[in-house]
Amino acid sequence: MEQREAPLLDVRDLAVEFHVGGTVQRAVQGVSLSLNRGRTLGVVGESGCGKSVTSLSIMRLVPQPPGKYAGGQILFDGQDLLTLSESEMRKLRGGRIGMIFQEPMTSLNPVYTCGHQIEESLSVHSGLSKKAARERAIEMLDLVGLPSPKSRVDDYPHQLSGGQRQRVMIALALANDPDLLIADEPTTALDVTIQAQILDLMGELRSRTGAAVMLVTHDLGVVAQTCDDVVVMYAGRVVERAPTADLFADPQHPYTVGLMAAVPRIDTAVGRLATIPGTVPPPWSKIAGCRFASRCPLASEQCRTQDPPLRDLSPGHGVACWHAPIEVAA
Amino acid sequence: MSAMLEVRNLTKHFPIRRGVLRRVVGNVQAVNDVSFDVGEGETLAIVGESGCGKSTIGRTLLRLLTPTGGTVALDGTPVMDLSDDDMRQMRRQMQIIFQDPFGSLNPRMTVAETLAEPLLLHGLATRDDVAQKVADLLETCGLQPWHAGRFPHEFSGGQRQRVGIARALATRPRVIVCDEPVSALDVSVQAQIVNLLKDLQAKFGIGYVFISHDLAVVRHMASRVAVVYLGRIVEEAPVEELYATPRHPYTRSLIAAAPRPDPAMRNVRAPVQGDLPSAMNPPSGCAFHPRCPLAQDRCRSERPELRQLGKARVACHFAEAEPVIETAGEHRQSDALRQRLAVLEAAREKEKT
Repeated sequence: MEQREAPLLDVRDLAVEFHVGGTVQRAVQGVSLSLNRGRTLGVVGESGCGKSVTSLSIMRLVPQPPGKYAGGQILFDGQDLLTLSESEMRKLRGGRIGMIFQEPMTSLNPVYTCGHQIEESLSVHSGLSKKAARERAIEMLDLVGLPSPKSRVDDYPHQLSGGQRQRVMIALALANDPDLLIADEPTTALDVTIQAQILDLMGELRSRTGAAVMLVTHDLGVVAQTCDDVVVMYAGRVVERAPTADLFADPQHPYTVGLMAAVPRIDTAVGRLATIPGTVPPPWSKIAGCRFASRCPLASEQCRTQDPPLRDLSPGHGVACWHAPIEVAA
Repeated sequence: MSAMLEVRNLTKHFPIRRGVLRRVVGNVQAVNDVSFDVGEGETLAIVGESGCGKSTIGRTLLRLLTPTGGTVALDGTPVMDLSDDDMRQMRRQMQIIFQDPFGSLNPRMTVAETLAEPLLLHGLATRDDVAQKVADLLETCGLQPWHAGRFPHEFSGGQRQRVGIARALATRPRVIVCDEPVSALDVSVQAQIVNLLKDLQAKFGIGYVFISHDLAVVRHMASRVAVVYLGRIVEEAPVEELYATPRHPYTRSLIAAAPRPDPAMRNVRAPVQGDLPSAMNPPSGCAFHPRCPLAQDRCRSERPELRQLGKARVACHFAEAEPVIETAGEHRQSDALRQRLAVLEAAREKEKT
């Protein structure tokens, strides 16, 4: 059922540029996406597609300069985050918006214990007393499945394994019951058995807390296993958007098709992997038309000169391609 | 008949030194008693999680690290006994490709210089024909002749890996150790490099030792797969057999844990619990027992030897028991995906002609 409530997160026509050495790099252009409470949105794409810049923008963590928000709105619960002051933004981060990054070792502070970092966040955002904060920190570490949380709460990040550190990151992100959790490649640095544990944990916590989750990843397997909806990005644009089941059952954009076909499958051996020839255009290149045209076998004159808008082929399933739907022989 | 590359009982322990006197207080048992063969034109994959010792196996068998014990023979020649001079000749036959070629390519040398060096050093080219040989190598690896004058930083990740492959290929080696060669690459580029490696193998009959943590990639590359846990091979089998009937519980959990790109089969199985134990202080008995769903008292006290079971070798006390039937089944590509892919590929063919 289509929910009629206003989305918790509504990104409209976002544009982010980087000004480097006299050139303008358009990292993200015209990106729109929305996310409702209790849903998980996957943002998927290859390196340089703008998925991380999009998630950093929502937290207003794009360094300025060289970065610049060049247009659009980021509505969080109806409020445009791009108009907030830095101190208002700081209240949201770690409070109503939680964040998890790829490498917890670089986002946890190495000179403080794990417990201290969670307690600090609790006292800043929720105004808990020292004692209450410590109890809550232990409770959070227990919730994320860290073994013997009462003693581990006094461990430093380096004393934990990669999977345990990511659990601490999740505890930290969820400590203040955020409405929105942004997870940027949360399992990419982890081994596959640990990844499965962390993904399970995130799913379980999401259903318990009702938070909306934005999961940024390059891994279509992770998307298929965890997300309700997906946005596929390519070279700073959204090229396709659909409910997860629709996207996998009926991929429309030539890039999405190529990407799915290129994923090696663990269940079946196929002879040769399908590839997408060529590479992503660099962000400083000036392309008038579709950014995928140089690698697309269907590219026509229109593709090279006019940028295709994202349009709905069916309710909720949008594609930015002049040739969609691709005609197939019956 | 002996195989092209024979690795026997390869062991590598790193001493742990503590205190002012740097006394040895213990060992990290990175690799323990690892044996395998690689035939001509064959790929043996070594898979395992980070810290399991798979990279150390690759480096030790090339003598980039000095082994604590064990032997390696290439075409019957024992590699570990060679003098430094002879070893230099032997390196022609044994090359390595790294995960991040940027770290292994000299940033001050152009691609042409990087590729020319081994050719001239080993007398495989003369000053007169070296440029042509470099151009041939580039073409073989899917690069353009004008790439020769470029520096490593001017390339994308996929192209850089092609340069890394070209350099390994320059001396026409018999064996290449590929250490996570596609892990740092995007999916679409990863597929290009996997295909390139397979093409080169078919053309030159190279044997690969393919080190990877990614069981899906391994399925497409390998002839046989060795699964490593805490420095030991726990299972080795022909690729089809390993995926169809994994006999070691660790192999099963690795296969089960890989997220399938198919929303219809969200993993229902509970993932294996716990972390990889420390190689400094490995668990008693079977190293996997703290995480193993089948563990019994025997597993805690007695380490299972790797033993032959049909075409496979398995180190589990319960390997003879019927393997648990994997109920997950196959993930399917949707009809729409396959049809559209066919349209795109047909259009691409047409473009070429």
